[in-house]
Amino acid sequence: MKLQLIDVHKSFAERKVLAGLDLEVNAGEVVSFIGSSGSGKTTLLRCVNLLEPVDVGAIFLDGDEISQVGRDPDPIRRRIGIVFQSFNLFPHMSVRRNITLALTEVLNKSTQEADETAHALLKRFNLNEKIDAYPDQLSGGQQQRVAIVRALAMNPEVLLLDEITSALDPELVGEVLDVVRELKGSGITMLIATHEMNFAREISDRVCFLDSGQIAEQGQPEQIFNNPIDERTKQFLRRVQAVGRT
Amino acid sequence: MPRWDRVKESFFNGERLIDSFPRLLDAFVLDIKIFAWSTPAIIALALVLAIARSSRNPALFPIRIFVIGYIDIMRGVPVILWIYLIGFGVPGVGLERPFNSPLLWGSVALVLTYGAYIAEVFRAGIDSVHESQRAASRSLGLSNWQTMRFVILPQAIRRVVPPLMNDLVSLQKDVALVSLIGPIEILRQANIDKAKFANFTPYIGAAIIFLMITIPLTRTTDYLLARERKRTSATRVR
Repeated sequence: MKLQLIDVHKSFAERKVLAGLDLEVNAGEVVSFIGSSGSGKTTLLRCVNLLEPVDVGAIFLDGDEISQVGRDPDPIRRRIGIVFQSFNLFPHMSVRRNITLALTEVLNKSTQEADETAHALLKRFNLNEKIDAYPDQLSGGQQQRVAIVRALAMNPEVLLLDEITSALDPELVGEVLDVVRELKGSGITMLIATHEMNFAREISDRVCFLDSGQIAEQGQPEQIFNNPIDERTKQFLRRVQAVGRT
Repeated sequence: MPRWDRVKESFFNGERLIDSFPRLLDAFVLDIKIFAWSTPAIIALALVLAIARSSRNPALFPIRIFVIGYIDIMRGVPVILWIYLIGFGVPGVGLERPFNSPLLWGSVALVLTYGAYIAEVFRAGIDSVHESQRAASRSLGLSNWQTMRFVILPQAIRRVVPPLMNDLVSLQKDVALVSLIGPIEILRQANIDKAKFANFTPYIGAAIIFLMITIPLTRTTDYLLARERKRTSATRVR
């Protein structure tokens, strides 16, 4: 599995969000994206999941161009999971049904098989008691963990995490990040947009600093955080440090 | 200046009321029947129209245009005109029994018009489901239709139950319009009794019977609305 983005451009009305972004991600790699709000982190992930069509450029998965206009996105999305900042659980469904819906309807698994998958994953992340709860009965941290489980249940090759802790109370951030830590060893490829610098430093194989819709600088976490080369990276990290978010 | 005893004699005549009431109640059964068989058809038509109008598939553009045109036309003309046009008009083109029944075509007219009204209620519900729900569903590989069926519609319908009830209260009253093309339902029966005794009390009797249905329905709607408001204000803001 290899993910490739070549010269990707994306604008919303007059606002250019991605401006010729190039990226290669290898199988099993964990890549974090940092940068100020509006630098294109979220749009980058949404383009990879085909939730946003790219204006110019191409996205390849295993050498296969998935960003082609008119291509059915559904089979590709089964291989690429995404977790959103605002959880986006289905409020009218139990935790169990949130997880099994796509298993039974998209992957055509039997109810029993889907249930077993849900059970096993919930147990792995200490959520098994919540299987019959509804989203509004859960804390934000629990909801986000269920959202991660929902994406994982599809057994995706790539997992996109879009600022998954930004909507959480500070004391709930840890439990969600623990889930991601556990996933790192499992061999799944992860693209992580985040404002948690310490977490990005700890979990990533590679950190990309985004500025004005391009990767301004990328490298191993130690290099990016300790010896940034690009002037924009230095400024960004100084600003983040100033508010105590490193 | 009309004298009170004349008003009382003409509108609130106890003897006339007691005499008419059983006949009115009997006739009201037909109103209930029309309401009962029209409502499922209306809901089904409204759902189909709303889903078609909310579809995003570019290939369905002609269908969207057709549905928008249909809804505009049905909603832009008084219900009574459709009842005359369809209820009198269609049987008049020479259909055989039982397909020439004004009752049938009057009901069809109600279904076609109320289907358009309630389609807009459903559409408002569909639009009210946040875009992020669609994104979450599509990102799991569910198709547009599966997303509509499993994620959007169940939430949309729950939200529109109160306004839907409002429209059903209106329908319950508008069923009486079918009387104008022949079937002897409650309003027609009241008319007959009024003419027979030159007294308006049967109308009051009919009004009482309608209120016995519509007031409880309206109160139920208010209750559901209040509950919905409470629920959404408690959980929607995150």
